This record gives sequence, C-alpha cells and structure tokens, in this order.
Amino acid sequence: MSMVTAEIANALNVAEYRIQARQPGEVAIEVRAADLPFIADAAVQGLNARLLSLFAADERARRGRFVVHHVWSLPKLDTFLSVSAPVDPAEPSFPSITARHPAANWFEREVMDYFGLVPEGHPNLERVALHDDWPEGAWALRKDFDPETQVPRVEGSFHPFRPVTGEGVFQVPVGPVHAGIIEPGHFRFDVAGEPVLYLQLRLFYVHKGIEKRFERLPWPHTLFLAESISGDTAVGHALAYSHAIERLAEVEVPARAQVLRAVLLELERMYNHIADIGALATDVAFTVPASRAQAQREGLVRLYERLFGTRLLRGTIAFGGVKHDLTPEGADALRRHLRMLEREFDSLITLLIDSGSFTDRVDVTGVLSNQVARDLGIVGMAARASGIDADLRRDHPHDAYSSLTFEVPVESGGDVRARLMVRAREVEQSFRIVSRALDMLPDTPLRSSMPDALPADAAALGWAEAWRGPCVHWAATDERGQLMRVKITDPSFLNWPGLTHAVPGNIIPDFPVINKSFNLSYSGNDR
Amino acid sequence: MFKIIVDSIKTGVITESRPFDVRPSFGFPVIDFPRCTLCDECARACPTGAIHSQASGPGQRTLSLSYASCIQCRACVEACPENAVSAGRDAEVAAFTRPQLQQTASFDVDAATGACRFRQMDVQPGPSLEESAAALRDRIQGRLGRSLHVRQVDAGSCNGCELEIAATTNPLFDLERFGVHFVASPRHADVLLVTGPVTRNMEVALQRTYEATPEPRVVVAVGACGCSGGIFGEGGYAALGGVDRILPVDVYIPGCPPRPQGILNGLLVAMGVREARTVAQASPRV
Repeated sequence: MSMVTAEIANALNVAEYRIQARQPGEVAIEVRAADLPFIADAAVQGLNARLLSLFAADERARRGRFVVHHVWSLPKLDTFLSVSAPVDPAEPSFPSITARHPAANWFEREVMDYFGLVPEGHPNLERVALHDDWPEGAWALRKDFDPETQVPRVEGSFHPFRPVTGEGVFQVPVGPVHAGIIEPGHFRFDVAGEPVLYLQLRLFYVHKGIEKRFERLPWPHTLFLAESISGDTAVGHALAYSHAIERLAEVEVPARAQVLRAVLLELERMYNHIADIGALATDVAFTVPASRAQAQREGLVRLYERLFGTRLLRGTIAFGGVKHDLTPEGADALRRHLRMLEREFDSLITLLIDSGSFTDRVDVTGVLSNQVARDLGIVGMAARASGIDADLRRDHPHDAYSSLTFEVPVESGGDVRARLMVRAREVEQSFRIVSRALDMLPDTPLRSSMPDALPADAAALGWAEAWRGPCVHWAATDERGQLMRVKITDPSFLNWPGLTHAVPGNIIPDFPVINKSFNLSYSGNDR
Repeated sequence: MFKIIVDSIKTGVITESRPFDVRPSFGFPVIDFPRCTLCDECARACPTGAIHSQASGPGQRTLSLSYASCIQCRACVEACPENAVSAGRDAEVAAFTRPQLQQTASFDVDAATGACRFRQMDVQPGPSLEESAAALRDRIQGRLGRSLHVRQVDAGSCNGCELEIAATTNPLFDLERFGVHFVASPRHADVLLVTGPVTRNMEVALQRTYEATPEPRVVVAVGACGCSGGIFGEGGYAALGGVDRILPVDVYIPGCPPRPQGILNGLLVAMGVREARTVAQASPRV
C-alpha cells in the first residue's frame, strides 16, 4: 500500500502522510474545498483517474460543516481515491470541476438540488433533479429535512428547455408516460424534418427518496432497499451495497460466497443482455430473433427460480455472504442449461448479424465517439462499445473476480451495433466465468456473521461491475452506528448525458433502437 | 429467409397451454395462526411492516399479515422459532380491496405469564371478494367481457414489475391469446396497469393519464409498491405510496415483483374471467 500512497501523493503533489489508507483498495485525502479543482486535474493527468461518484454529506450537527466527496477510480493502481472537502454552512458553495471534467455535471447540480450547496463556476447552474413545482429552499438530503415533509407544489420554471429556432424546426415532446412497457422520462426532440438536431432530457420522474430512506430504515433491512434501486440490477446494487457495509464493519466474506456472488452477477448480466438484444430486434421490427431472445431470457429466469427461488435474483445476496447455496445437482443443471443456451445464443447472434436488413439499421446508428465518451466520463458497457477499456471486475476486482480469468470485450464503433456486439461478447464471457466458477466452488460456509451494530463514525465504499456498468455505493455511520448517509451511484447517472450526444444526426424513428442500445435505468438514475 | 422459416417450423409452438400450473417455490408466506405464540420475531424481521402485531384491547392482541406490502423476502419464514410461518407456493393472488389482502388473528394474553393464545381469525372490514367482483362486473356492464386493452403506467417503480409485465408478452406466456393487448395510449385503453410507489413527480402524469382513459376505466395496481408503497413506505416526501392514494383501484396484484402468471391472473380477474383468490395455499409441511 505504501508504494501506492507514495505514487498518489507524488501525482497530487501533497505530503504522503495526508493520504489515508483505510480499507483495502481505497485511499482518502481531505483537502480544502478551494483545492478540489487542482486535485481533480492532477488525478486525471497524473493517475488516469476516472470520476465514478460525487456527492455531499451533512455533518452540521456534530462538526458544523457539509462535506463534498469526489470518488475517483485509479485503474492502474487498483485503488479508489476519495477526495473530501469541508464546506462552511455560512457560505454554502464549493468550487465546480465540471468545466474541465464534464462527468461531474449532473452530480454537482444534484448536490445543489438536494443540499443547497452551489457549485461555483459550473457552466449550467440549472436544476437537474428537482422538477419545476418544487419550491426553493427545501433541501431533501439535509439532516434537518424530515423525510415525511409534504412539500407544497409551486409554480415555477427552473429548468427551461433550450429553444432551437429556424425555418421548419419544431419540437417533439415525448413522455413521461411512454408507449411501451418502460420507465417514465421526458424527451424533447428538436427536429428539422426527420433528423434530430438536438435532444434534451428531463428525468427524475421516479425519484423515490431512496438515499433518504436508507437513513430511516434499520440497517439490517436496508439490503432489500438496495435491491429495489433498479429492479433489473438487483444483484449489482445489492453487491455494491453489501460490499460497503461489509468493509465498514470489517467483515470478510467466505470464499464460497465470493464465488457464488460472481456467478449471480454473471447470471444477472446474461438475462439482461439477452433480453436487450431481443429488444433491439423488436425495435427494428425483426420479430423472429426478438421472440427467440425472449424465450431464451424466460428459460434463464425460470432456471433461476428453480435454483434460487427467485426469477430476478432478488434476495440472493446477504450481508456477509449469500443466502442460498448451489447444490451439486443445481450446479449440474446450470451447466447443462448454459451449454444448451450457448448454442442457441450463438445462432441468435448469427441470425442478427447475417441479416442485411438488421445491420442496415444498427450500423453507424447512434454513434457515441470515443472522444465524447471520454470527455463525458461514460462508464460500463456503453463505454466499452466506444473503445474505453474499463471494467471494475478487472481493474478493482471484487468478490472472486481476481481468481477468475476473463476477457473484457471492447468495440471501437460506438454505434448501436458496437453496443450489441459488446453485449454478445460479454454473454459469451459470462458463460466462461460461470463455468470456471462452478469448477472451483470452495467448501466454506455461505456467510460470515455480521455484528449487531455497525461501528460508529465509519465510512466505506462498495462497488460492483453490474451489467450496465459500475454500481458504486458509499455508506457512512454516525456516532451511534446508525446509517448517516448512503450515496448510490448507478451507471445510468453517468451515461444519460451520453445519449443526448449519440442521438442528434439520427432520425426520430431510430431513437427507440438507440435508446434501447444503452438501456439506461430511470429508477437507478432518479433513485 | 428460408432458414428462418425452417428453424421456426422445427421449433414449433413453445407457448404453454397451462401457464397457471407453474408453481413458484415461494409465493407468499402462510401463517399457521393457531400455532403462533405471538413472539413477534416475524414482525421484527419484516422490512415493510407486512406482518404487524398490536394490542387491541385489555388482555388482547392481534397479528396481521398483509400481502399488499409483502415483498416476498422470506425473512419471516426464516425468523419464526415455532415453524408457524411457511412458504406458500401461490403466485396468483389478486383482490379488489387492500383489506382483502390482509389476514388478522386475535390472541388472548395471559395476564400472569404474558403468554399469548390464538382465539380466532377476525373478519376483514369491507366487502367480500364475491361482492367486489359483482360490483366491478356491474360497473363495467359486460363491456369488457372478452378482451382488454391495457395501458401500462410506471408511476415510480424500480423496473422489476415492468420486466415481469413485459414477460407476460413473451412466447411462453403469450397473454394476447387471452384477449389482453397492450396499447400505446391511454385513449385506447380499458385498463390502466399501474406500478408504484407513486412518486411526487409522477402524480400529475398519472392523474392525467387516468383522465385521458375512457370510461368504464379499470385501474389495476401491480406490485408491493403499487399496492402499498412496499419497501419505500407511504407518506414520504418523494414516494407517496400505493396507487390507491391517487386513483380508485379496482384490482390489486401484490408481489415483489408479481410473477408473470400472477399479473396475467390479475388481468383476467379484472375481466371477470378468473376468480380472485387472496389466501395462499401453504406448501405441504416436510
């Protein structure tokens, strides 16, 4: 660790003693708020840092301050860097890093919306999370805001849509209630004829106050809440959250559970990727592969029901391990099913990419260039389809991934086809990972016991590379060991701005297939 | 093209003729109330308050179990020291009111020892299943008898219910053969299939969607959140709670998320084709 801290201290140009190594794979430094931009620049230039989360916490009651946190992934060092800076409640503002690091854009505005701390120097100081009818001065994540406050609706226009003018230019509003069976969000297309000139988003329709709710529930019940952040990523979020709580409580997860957790995460990846590939076919009206993909997905979730008693893998993760074991018969059934599925899946992909009418629709559609993806800090599957080689399973291995060998598929096109191919290749890797994991299942208990109470005044990060990308959670306790603040970062939060860059230049009828190729979560984004 | 046709003929029909025969390993918990000693372990383990006990008078307590808020986590089954809570295997639970999804039992408390003894099952307030079914039938006056056009509205869901609603359209379940069809606009819909917890930011959109739906409109609430707010609770600043806090709900389909056959069953209950059933059958004790 000391070599890592030395390298970080050197790159950030700070004294090494200021870098605290608290938990494995995570170092922290506290700086003055004014230094946040310099640290951000130095981390990106010297350490190839990538921003994965940015948030605030309200410590006024005990320490008379707010704290702003930046969480950076340092992939080369297998370490996360948490940079924190105090903010004086008398001067509720902090320096923005968005102009130079656009990944911070929504994060900083969300801090403004929920804490009332203003990111000074932010190029677009509009609301992002709060809707127009939310009054000014009600900051939901401050500790003195009662979670059951009935906030009055007011007239307001804090979030204007930017007008696009010109002869024949008009706006097409879509949502929040959509035509399909999908989540709610509002899209505003500015079009000239068919081609889209500009796309604006308004999300946060399904903001449920989940981060606030974490502070309210008794901590042993909070894992169920983590599973409901995004229903398609139950394992991903449950894992990231359990990691945070286990690291906070310094509990080691037994080896068998670590392997089973990797299996569960891959099973979640498989059913989602296969369903998405089918949905891409649906969106270009190619029904045969769409039906096949749906049947394959249904076969998988029924197998999960047989093995774990739950179709969408809810309730499989426990603090300290996993809830259900996989019997030798169960493992055999899984192997047999995956062997059969591998052949079917292969023929599904062949059917798609051999059809000119399909590839015509997905090639060079919805391109997110490598440069834009880098600038915006796009993560996960969408980043890998734009040539960014990043994957927490390899760069910051969690669970059993350090002992499982696998490839991280990367495509360079950045179009719908590239995102399709990354998914297809990831499913193939998942087959390998599960097969290897089942061969090496160690014989240990399924879970470690958790303490009755969490340690007081502690904080830890937890992460997992779920099917969309990195789920990053931060949990902190107060002086009584109660959860003081939980920050959830779903990969969708970083990736939604990418969609607004991938759509312009395409025609409106291609929007569904572009949107589906990202398949971002609304619930995970809005929380 | 030729290969696609040959493959499809080889695959044949994969739609299941009897979708309701699929029994999940865990549907909803079943409490054997006469066995219960009211130790409260299950109520403490329950993350949503679906199991709840309270004093109901001098020397009396009640224990209630509500499927409306059950997220099917099994914590109660694992917590019960008396093995009085077991894993039910019914996926097809649907009702017309929230109280119909609740069971309550009264217990006598021994003043000296504090021990609790089961006395009786209480009658739930409100109409019975048959009365509600008849009332719904009267209201729609046979107009929706043979088919339903459904508009799904996500009013705050985590997307779990949406995945399972979408699964009802897959080739195995194929709900269109029952005359159920998902439509793109509320103006084409007979039924609003609403998932929740209704959020503050979706409340207005949900209300407007309801107003855009022609009479006789039927509202079906889906999922623990749609039925009761689920793990997100009710009365929060952002998550307001169950759909019935905003709209009159005709049918409740509980579960977290409900399985596709449960959703299909609930829609057929709304149509009056299947009878509503609200008490899960216990699996045989082993």
